Amino acid sequence: MIRVLYFAALRDAAGCAEESVAADGGNLGELWSLLSGRHGFPLARERVRVARNGEFAAWGDAVHAGDEVAFLPPVSGG
Amino acid sequence: MSDFAIAVAAIDATALRQRLEDAGAGAVVTFEGTVRNHSAGRPVLRLAYEAFSPLAVKEGERILAEARERFAIARLACTHRTGALAIGEVAVWVGVAAAHRGAAFDACRYVIDELKRRVPIWKKEFYADGESGWIEHP
Repeated sequence: MIRVLYFAALRDAAGCAEESVAADGGNLGELWSLLSGRHGFPLARERVRVARNGEFAAWGDAVHAGDEVAFLPPVSGG
Repeated sequence: MSDFAIAVAAIDATALRQRLEDAGAGAVVTFEGTVRNHSAGRPVLRLAYEAFSPLAVKEGERILAEARERFAIARLACTHRTGALAIGEVAVWVGVAAAHRGAAFDACRYVIDELKRRVPIWKKEFYADGESGWIEHP
């Protein structure tokens, strides 16, 4: 299982702050496509950053069972 | 306590200011970002912030390290609130102590600008007409 974290507009779209996703290998971009199709995310992938296991990652990076993945909408702190 | 923090309770600017005390500092610059009652012409009643805290702290610490490399400063600290905030509350606090004012102003500006651009924190505005929305910095 992969633990996926959602924030802000993506959390609203997913209806939850996190979920466990059964995914077997692949990369972060494929995981995004799977979950965007499921939840109807209101943001294009180009506008979103991704983190894996607490650090920024690239969409082409591999994802494995046991990983924690966070999808990060455009930020607005300050 | 690290110099960059995410706070779930009210920011105590007086306590944070004490972290900047340095006998070699001839300048202290602090910045407080506060909750205002309007946004893009709409009346705002309150805000909510959320953060991806582990990565927000990491990225915040990286920004502080960059500021220490770029500017001749003695002390530096930054705290950002999360949760529900009322009008007038402090959402973010940046403080710098340096031997001279130029570096203190420059480092303070650098930290708040990079924070707004890079740190995974999100703001939701609640408007007087009952609507609400997540904000994206341009």
